[in-house]
Amino acid sequence: MTSIDESNKEKFRSVSVDLNNDASLLIDIPDALCERDKVKFTVHTKTTLSAFQKPEFSVPRQHEDFIWLHDTLVETEDYAGLIIPPAPPKPDFESPREKMHKLGEGEATMTKEEYTKMKQELEAEYLAVFKKTVQVHEVFLQRLSSHPNLSKDRNFQIFLEYDQDLSVRRKNVKEMFGGFFKIVAKSADEVLISGTKEVDEFFEQEKTFLLDYYSKIKDSTIKAEKMTRSHKNIADDYIHISATLNSLSVDDSTANKKNLQKLSDLFEKLRKVEGRVASDQELKLTELLRYYMRDIQAAKDLLYRRARALADYENSNKALDKARLKSKDIPQAEEHQQQCLQKFDKLSDSGKKELTIFKGRRVVAFRKNLVEMAELEIKHAKNNATLLQGCIELLKSN
Amino acid sequence: ILLSDGPSPAITPITPPTSVIAPLFIDTLCLDKCTTLREEVDDSFDINISVSDPEKVGDGMNAYMAYKVTTKTSMSLFKQREFSVKRRFSDFLGLHSKLASKYLHVGYIVPPAPEKSIVGMTKVKVGKEDQSSNEFVEKRRSALERYLMRTVKHHILLKDPDVLQFLESSELPRAVSTQALSSAGLLRMVNKAADAVNKMTIKMNESDAWFEEKQQHFESLDVQLRKLHISVESLVCHRKELSVNTAQFAKSAAMLGNSEDHTALSRALSQLAEVEEKMDQLHQDQANADFYLFSELLGDYVRLLAAVKGVFDHRIKTWQKWQDSQILLQKKREAEAKLQFTNKSDKLQQAKDEIKDMEGRVQQDERDFEQISRTIRKEVGRFEKERVKDFKTSIIKYLESLVLTQQQVIKSYFTFRYVTASV
Repeated sequence: MTSIDESNKEKFRSVSVDLNNDASLLIDIPDALCERDKVKFTVHTKTTLSAFQKPEFSVPRQHEDFIWLHDTLVETEDYAGLIIPPAPPKPDFESPREKMHKLGEGEATMTKEEYTKMKQELEAEYLAVFKKTVQVHEVFLQRLSSHPNLSKDRNFQIFLEYDQDLSVRRKNVKEMFGGFFKIVAKSADEVLISGTKEVDEFFEQEKTFLLDYYSKIKDSTIKAEKMTRSHKNIADDYIHISATLNSLSVDDSTANKKNLQKLSDLFEKLRKVEGRVASDQELKLTELLRYYMRDIQAAKDLLYRRARALADYENSNKALDKARLKSKDIPQAEEHQQQCLQKFDKLSDSGKKELTIFKGRRVVAFRKNLVEMAELEIKHAKNNATLLQGCIELLKSN
Repeated sequence: ILLSDGPSPAITPITPPTSVIAPLFIDTLCLDKCTTLREEVDDSFDINISVSDPEKVGDGMNAYMAYKVTTKTSMSLFKQREFSVKRRFSDFLGLHSKLASKYLHVGYIVPPAPEKSIVGMTKVKVGKEDQSSNEFVEKRRSALERYLMRTVKHHILLKDPDVLQFLESSELPRAVSTQALSSAGLLRMVNKAADAVNKMTIKMNESDAWFEEKQQHFESLDVQLRKLHISVESLVCHRKELSVNTAQFAKSAAMLGNSEDHTALSRALSQLAEVEEKMDQLHQDQANADFYLFSELLGDYVRLLAAVKGVFDHRIKTWQKWQDSQILLQKKREAEAKLQFTNKSDKLQQAKDEIKDMEGRVQQDERDFEQISRTIRKEVGRFEKERVKDFKTSIIKYLESLVLTQQQVIKSYFTFRYVTASV
């Protein structure tokens, strides 16, 4: 049973700011269990709202349940004008698992101590992936609870409260095919967006911006990930260097023995700092970029839905003209056209609000995370410098 | 004995004030006395050699790099205090070859020359003025410099006429037998192989535990240093990768900043791109320090340990020679004994003469063996002292390079944080 204590949670709750502040509905994931790569989250709710049966309760949920909730929200007509918070990605333990496998294969080539340290590093990596996935699932729920409309959603309440297995309500195969179609239709929408003549200045700008920004932020995410991996590789090299220096020290029978030991200790400490540099950079930079990449996608989805509503409205206009020409079914056509117009206007209004709030949210999150990243880099560099200077002094004095 | 000031470099060991020593050839006993006295009297080892200004000479496959070798010294061994000559890579190999043939078999640890690289040199010859061939030339230049400094730090080698000629003489006869794949090279390879086989079959009666102990010590040191070298090479590689990845991220962040429509955030992202560009440069510089101050040091010592091993092997060969002479003497004595019972008086006399010669040889071989054993003991002491000093100096320099990098990181992120917080 792997649990997350409060101090660690504080560190990780950073990607989205100003969530979970409203005492009327507080959600968190205090606990999670990892069983053979299947993660079981404990979703804990504290609420003063009468819509719920109890003021405090917890339920076990799987990743698939979160996806179900996300998809039902996306498919709800009423929310077409909202940015639906991006679904949390599937827990992915592939990377540490693969490295653990490689480590096992290479066990014979290293000393027992080296192997233990490498294993520790991998276990820490495994734990980091685990903590990341908990955080991202938690943020998803908190985005919902802090949204004026979405927090009232019935399915959301079921998700939080229903104390039995949700899998009955989850997607069955037929629905999955529906989902597949949805994806195909979306790509067509992408073409639609680029082709549609946008009258509204605001949405024209947003469209251009979001399309471009998405590809750029996706690229940045990938590049940031590569940087983090290089830092991890360097930390691993330090482990091996430290171990060999230790062996040299053990074999040495001269006054140099102490110096070699000091060096070995230094590299062991340096690798811990390097490891933290890697994980902090990942959290504050890579995860930030990755989250907003998904959020931008959610904003794009909003634009698609609005574009579809516009197309519907234009089609209804054409249908009305045809009806008038034929003098047949005019009142139905008029009503249909009115409905389409209302839907489109509602979407545009709420869409504009959502996109404006989104920009503010993005600026705040970036500022907070980049500042924190800079502060952590400084902290680690100072730490490194102190360790190094201490060792230099010791070596010089001998 | 006065210092000769004729045009040809005469062999002029530094003589202690009160005794007269016969020069002219390398009498090992004489050298012994010289070195002990020299160690007591002359503590001012003041010489610095730098290898610089690599210059391509010629074109095509006959082209070569010429390096400027500058010596700065106050030692009276040299004619001037500061002087330069031009040398090419094969000149260095030639120098090593001469020193090895003179000193290795009597127990002196002669520093090995840098390794040949056909691939590396071909790129340079072909005229590729790119980063990888520049890096190759710099790596070689640095290796040649370290090689010369290690050679002159050896007080015996420093005084060798070939070394003096190498450093001082404006013209040097071209060293021919060092050409890659030359017949002399092939012959040397064959000899090396034969030696290896021989060593495997010689079982020496080691009467001196010191040698066995030291041999084991060097063998285990060799294993560890090789392992460490591999890890540090991996570090260099990963640091270079980090630099490349950081540069790519910086570009990507700059593009993201351009795309961002919120003005202040756009500025912050551009600042992020700038700070990561600085990080890229820092990582590159650090990778160079990782390489030249740590990795190359280890590589040098892995090769030096091979020379140490060679010297121990020569001792075994010397012992074997002594044993063989003793066996031969025994055979000759037996032959003479047999001849005693015949009437071949002239053959008997010949046998007695041969025995006399052989006895002389056995004595000489025993002296040689004792001499090489003494030399090795001294050499190992010198080598170990030098090794510890060398490592300490280099490692301290390396750690200081790491400190410098960290300080630059602090500075860069400090500015960035200040700017970003005001977004």
